[in-house]
Amino acid sequence: MIARDIATLLPELILAGYAMAALLWGVFAGRFRAAPVLIWMTALVFAGLAAWIGFSPEGTRTAFGGAFTDDAFARFSKVVILGASALTLLISRDFLEREKILKFEFPLLAAFAVLGMMIMVSASDLMVLYMGLELQSLSLYVLAAFHRNDLRSTEAGIKYFVLGALSSGLLLFGASLTYGYSGTTLFSGIAEAAGGSTPFGLLYGLVFILVGLAFKISAAPFHMWVPDVYEGAPTPVTAFFSTAPKIAAIGLFARLLIEAFAVASADWQLILAILAVSSMFLGAIAAIGQRNIKRLMAYSSIAHMGFALMGLAAGTPDGIRAMLVYMVIYVVMNLGTFAFILAMRRDGWAVTDIDALSMYSRQAPARALALLVLMFSLAGIVPMVGFFAKFYVFLAAVESGLILLAIAGGIASVIGAFYYLRIVYYMYFGEPTDPLDNRMPATGFGVMLASAAIMVIGAINLFNLVEFADVAASALFS
Amino acid sequence: MEVQALAFYLFALLVLFSGLSVVLARNPVHGVLWLIVAFLSAAGLFVLQGAEFIAMLMVIVYVGAVAVLFLFVVMMLDVDFAAFRAGMARYIPFGLLIGAVLLMVLGLEITDWKTSGLAADLRQSVAPAASETGNTTALGVLIYTDYVLLFQIAGLILLVAMIGAIVLTHRRRERVKRQDILSQIYRDPAKSVQLKDLGQRNGIGDD
Repeated sequence: MIARDIATLLPELILAGYAMAALLWGVFAGRFRAAPVLIWMTALVFAGLAAWIGFSPEGTRTAFGGAFTDDAFARFSKVVILGASALTLLISRDFLEREKILKFEFPLLAAFAVLGMMIMVSASDLMVLYMGLELQSLSLYVLAAFHRNDLRSTEAGIKYFVLGALSSGLLLFGASLTYGYSGTTLFSGIAEAAGGSTPFGLLYGLVFILVGLAFKISAAPFHMWVPDVYEGAPTPVTAFFSTAPKIAAIGLFARLLIEAFAVASADWQLILAILAVSSMFLGAIAAIGQRNIKRLMAYSSIAHMGFALMGLAAGTPDGIRAMLVYMVIYVVMNLGTFAFILAMRRDGWAVTDIDALSMYSRQAPARALALLVLMFSLAGIVPMVGFFAKFYVFLAAVESGLILLAIAGGIASVIGAFYYLRIVYYMYFGEPTDPLDNRMPATGFGVMLASAAIMVIGAINLFNLVEFADVAASALFS
Repeated sequence: MEVQALAFYLFALLVLFSGLSVVLARNPVHGVLWLIVAFLSAAGLFVLQGAEFIAMLMVIVYVGAVAVLFLFVVMMLDVDFAAFRAGMARYIPFGLLIGAVLLMVLGLEITDWKTSGLAADLRQSVAPAASETGNTTALGVLIYTDYVLLFQIAGLILLVAMIGAIVLTHRRRERVKRQDILSQIYRDPAKSVQLKDLGQRNGIGDD
């Protein structure tokens, strides 16, 4: 039995083994000397694992008495998480080096965070869920404070830590109520114990768990930490925050709701719809006054999580499919945008002010064009892939009768388009200011161009993403 | 039964009283000491419930490690607790509101709580029967068999905590002389000591 369990868990075990071996090697080789090598190595390991998981045989395997599930949904999420993390590491290297914080612990903490995320999306037991979440969160707290000589970075770390601990507490409270009601922490067991009715005890547990998880995916009204943490943390860490952990958190959210709390779907649909509407509007409206591009991306991520939650609120296989498609497209757009933000410097100093982009098109037409495509896609304007992401989510919401929610989403995305287009406006029609540095590292430029190209070319068939997401989503419902 | 009920009320009142004293104590050191009393009485409550392992943990981990650590922090860091207290009046309404909401939730739960019909069986199916072993043994068996995955992930979490503490606080100090044990061990007398034959009236410099 244990041999089969271990075989199911093998990718996670390999990643854990790699991270510990790399830690030892890094300590012996020296903090700064090992770092560049380890960044590449870790990215390579991520990519290798992603390929391996992507091509591993179909079907659903469970391990450790059903506490850990390896199904199409988990594999889909893991491939995206690993791919996004690998790219984030590659585009981070140059920035870390220039800020003199390229220590070997950076890729290692990222590796541990990714390990936590992989456990999160595979968890089918409340205890495994919590353990994965804590492994991920603890690594992210440290990463947020990684620039320890920078006051804002340490502030971001502490803020994230305190609020993260609070949300973990709420989550645990909800989990303990759920356990008290159903007598088991297995998702399948919770569904079995509920037996078709939605009793009080289960609802209390559900509400507290939802609040705890809403903190983690930064849905409004549990979003207050996001702008400060995104602004304060070093930019590579911000890029990391807004990609892989979001997929892990929302994947875990989906599995928990569908597998354990399916009986209470009418109740959580309402809660998720409220979370989705408030996130979309808050993200769209609060970002209008922001001049700092990192804060802007923070509000943008709140709004985008609102759209993804709309797919989840639909609660159907189509809804989950739309959510997965949305998240993948969002991550690709975000990687491209952050590859650019990471290279924004003036006289060698990192700048995050959007005024700095004034008339950027004249200075670097190719990059300005790529950023224009990305901004259009983030706003969801028609020929770009970002539009199709929103389209699928709206479609799923309408099909399951959440028409008002879809209309609200439409209005919010129109409002939100303003601040994306304003960046484009600055680049093409702004007042000339001191130009930004022309230098952009090759990896960052490559990622940005590829991301922008995908946003245009993907409009043809979305690279069959919808079919993959379909397989993943239906695995949850079988 | 009588003795148990008496012990329960004694410990419960002690927890409440010492918990209140932690918050209200003027001197932070007294606050920490009250915290220790609260932990000990909570341990007593756990023993009454038959959860002797958690009671042991309370005493060993919370009293033995956490509270003592608190005490050190309070005494070593010069934290101005009066300044903390200054904001208290401002936040009291908010705190009371949250307290009231939580109390209401608890009240609703206590009055209207029903467990699932399957809960007792589901709970029993994991653990060995309570009549056969004490709960320390039962926990030990579970941790190293069914829950070995959780146990190992917990280990990884602690490793990350350790890495984090080192990343965020460790500074390499220049100009500090450290003992290098290896170089001491491998010091070779043949290289360290030179024997020179100085003839009469010759210094070492002019041979």
